[in-house]
Amino acid sequence: MRVTVRLFARLRDIAGVSELARDLAPGATIGDLWRQLAHEFPELARYERSISSAVNADYARMDQRVSDGDEIAFLPPVSGG
Amino acid sequence: MLSLLAITSEPLELERIAAALAASVGADAGADGAVVTFLGLVRNHNLARSVRYLEYEAYAPLALKAFERIATEIRDRWPSARLALHHRVGRLEIGEASVAIAARSPHRADAYAACRYAIERVKQIAPIWKREFFDGGDVWIEGATADPDDQRARAEAERAACA
Repeated sequence: MRVTVRLFARLRDIAGVSELARDLAPGATIGDLWRQLAHEFPELARYERSISSAVNADYARMDQRVSDGDEIAFLPPVSGG
Repeated sequence: MLSLLAITSEPLELERIAAALAASVGADAGADGAVVTFLGLVRNHNLARSVRYLEYEAYAPLALKAFERIATEIRDRWPSARLALHHRVGRLEIGEASVAIAARSPHRADAYAACRYAIERVKQIAPIWKREFFDGGDVWIEGATADPDDQRARAEAERAACA
């Protein structure tokens, strides 16, 4: 299955793109996708414990399974206000 | 009419936001005795750095849901209070407003508390980031790990609101 990945702020700078598409095995979780990306972009790894994630613009847990066509967002610690 | 909750690249106009909030309350507006407003400004210094300007970005659809969640939390905690909340994105110069909040209620204590709670929760759970451009470089500011279900963070915001 194929998902769209959205990256924000420093995560986007590390990957060099704000959006990318990735293929995942059936049953894959958000955490699986994150580990795949962290392997691809090693600088992401230090965010392992501080990121949040969202599926189709709703906050989600890293152990949530993803579905074909989902938009998965990874969010570094926020700094609004 | 202006939305009560918004992410916008346009300059924030507190008066219009407060007016939209009053209009949204409709005929009940006469029961309100207080409006508390907050404007967050871009400051020219941070951690001993001279700040030149900030760039804000947001994951807008999720940020709006986070704002809705904050408004719902406020109605749960202060049932008579009503909220308007706008956050700006893009490049902001020193002295410009990045966030504007208006809270109204029959009594001032609830309006003050709701307004303070809203800004504390924005800082905790809104998917918004600022990049600081200072003399000598730039840096993404990273604050809280956003977790809307973190009850400890929510209790902290409530403590700040009721201090």
